[in-house]
Amino acid sequence: MSVLIDERTRVIVQGLTGREGTFHAQQMIAYGTSVVAGVTPGKGGTLHIEVPIFDTVAEAARQTHANASIIFVPPPYAADAVLEALDAELPLVVCITEGIPTLDMVRVAAALRGSRTTLIGPNCPGIISPGKGKMGIMPGQIHKQGNVGVVSRSGTLTYEAVHQLTKLGIGQSTCIGIGGDPIIGTSFLDAIRLFNDDADTHAIVMIGEIGGNAEQQAAEFIKKNVRKPVVGFIAGQTAPPGRRMGHAGAIISGGTGTAKEKYEAMAAAGIHTVQSPADIGQTLAAALTSSSRSPR
Amino acid sequence: MKIHEYQAKEIFRRFGVPTPRGEMVASPEQAREVATKLGTPVVVVKAQIHAGGRGKAGGVKLARSVDEAAQHASKILGMTLVTPQTGPGGRVVKRLLVEEGLDIKRELYLSILVDRAVEAPIIMASTAGGMEIEEVARENPGAILREPIRPAVGLQPYQVRKLVFGLGLGADMVKVATPFLQSLYRAFLDTDASLAEINPLIVTGDGRLIALDAKMTFDDNALDRHKELAALRDLDEEDPLEVEASRYKLNYIKLDGTVGCMVNGAGLAMATMDIIKLAGGSPANFLDVGGGANAEQVKNAFKILTSDPEVKGVFINIFGGILRCDVLASGVVAAARDLNLKLPVVVRMEGTNVEKGREILQESGLAFTVAEGMKDGAEKIVRLAGGAR
Repeated sequence: MSVLIDERTRVIVQGLTGREGTFHAQQMIAYGTSVVAGVTPGKGGTLHIEVPIFDTVAEAARQTHANASIIFVPPPYAADAVLEALDAELPLVVCITEGIPTLDMVRVAAALRGSRTTLIGPNCPGIISPGKGKMGIMPGQIHKQGNVGVVSRSGTLTYEAVHQLTKLGIGQSTCIGIGGDPIIGTSFLDAIRLFNDDADTHAIVMIGEIGGNAEQQAAEFIKKNVRKPVVGFIAGQTAPPGRRMGHAGAIISGGTGTAKEKYEAMAAAGIHTVQSPADIGQTLAAALTSSSRSPR
Repeated sequence: MKIHEYQAKEIFRRFGVPTPRGEMVASPEQAREVATKLGTPVVVVKAQIHAGGRGKAGGVKLARSVDEAAQHASKILGMTLVTPQTGPGGRVVKRLLVEEGLDIKRELYLSILVDRAVEAPIIMASTAGGMEIEEVARENPGAILREPIRPAVGLQPYQVRKLVFGLGLGADMVKVATPFLQSLYRAFLDTDASLAEINPLIVTGDGRLIALDAKMTFDDNALDRHKELAALRDLDEEDPLEVEASRYKLNYIKLDGTVGCMVNGAGLAMATMDIIKLAGGSPANFLDVGGGANAEQVKNAFKILTSDPEVKGVFINIFGGILRCDVLASGVVAAARDLNLKLPVVVRMEGTNVEKGREILQESGLAFTVAEGMKDGAEKIVRLAGGAR
């Protein structure tokens, strides 16, 4: 099993006809994902890379029985694209776009409450269940099917961790890039809940970074509810306060959101914390052999 | 993006948020003119820099005559103000705000910001006007009133009443605070602000609410739809290398170490800084060349890194994945040749055609060291850059 995405996922690509959309849709198809429709307003009725294009998400969903959408739409229009996918009641929406204005995401977050959609992102690499399907921009070939769930705020740092796991022969059930923005759909907590409930996920890697307190909330949940081994890393131990480190959400403000406080929360929850990003794979391997979380 | 106090006050006035009367000046003569025009017994001369703590550093002075206003102006202009927020280098004062003095009865704190936990704008207020809100949060968190605003509903009258009574202002102030807060919230929304802070907000002897100070920060991601706000950017307030990097669309933050870092992706870039520290070195910068790093970006990044005299070596850490390593390696070689690069460079790359990429680096005849993995790369560059400081 896996979470959120598997062989039965049927994907709409919003912004399929753009450069990024085209390239990554091709990669997704090559990985074996069912890309059933594209949406580009004004290009409905045409074919692009052999995929039928529709003017609206609702129309695409109705005609193709899609159950998920991935968004490659430029920042000024991306929030509207997410809202359109919510309106079509697709169960899973992944937004790759980086640079969406925060107040646009405030509106999206309000619309998400009470909707039946799970949003991944924005500003994220997407989601992959190795060997089953991918909705995202991550390189498929570094992944390996298996039983470790990976959740992360970062893109390339996630690839790094996955690469370490795969080299050690450890496969992944699902890898979720939740995104680097201050307001996102699926949180660490949401992802950990999914992994905890998934019988085929035997261990979890969580890769956080400075800013906010989402890692601490997840740690609190793990402490109370999760018996699977969890390995945790936080990027930005050397980041100066008050500066935005690339990701809009990666900022230590008012002395809170530091790597130190996140590490403390993770350690208190019995998570195997890793100080060096090069040790994520090995630590998970060791945690798997000892087969449970460290005693508290 | 940050702006100056005088600019924030202009925006406030445009939206109907009351501020003291005053004008920005850049010379003692102008300060005299403005003080004369204001005609109040007391005027205030305030240094305009993008940092708080100006008063304690000597950047805010009261003047009881136009002569005194001009004297203060000539003293503060050109001064280097060092506050806890400027860093040790301080900031040179190039502009002043000259304002009327007011009859202050009470000083309060008020701000609107996006709270990432509630995923909505939130009004924060406290009776500790003039104190840093972080300090209040540490010492007496219960003293901060917090009123989240539902985006679909907007700011409601009952919320204004909660704040007014919570601050102990009395029922009379509800009719003053309602338009004040509504205007401020409108200013916040319409400018895509990430922060609108008034510290202190004052109650005058005659019962008015006035923004004695004003600070606004805008969402960088929204500046494309606010060209008039983007024009308010003051490059003098930023690190020159960071300004240069932003021209190339590079995400660069200068730090004070010796190992220059060039990485794709923000998370990996932070993790690379961390691993350099663990290897005993110190990172000279944060630099994210973007998810799809290409030869041109690599060249621009080299330019930025090598113009920092502190940099003693460069660590390139690229996890390409889809990106082809041979293309990246050719870009690195071409850029290093072009710029006649003398510094030691350690390259760690991963992705398609990684073997071919390594060959290109090794056969270039340039001083590249190829690393296997992040840890190896960090250890190699720290050694080559002369170890820890």
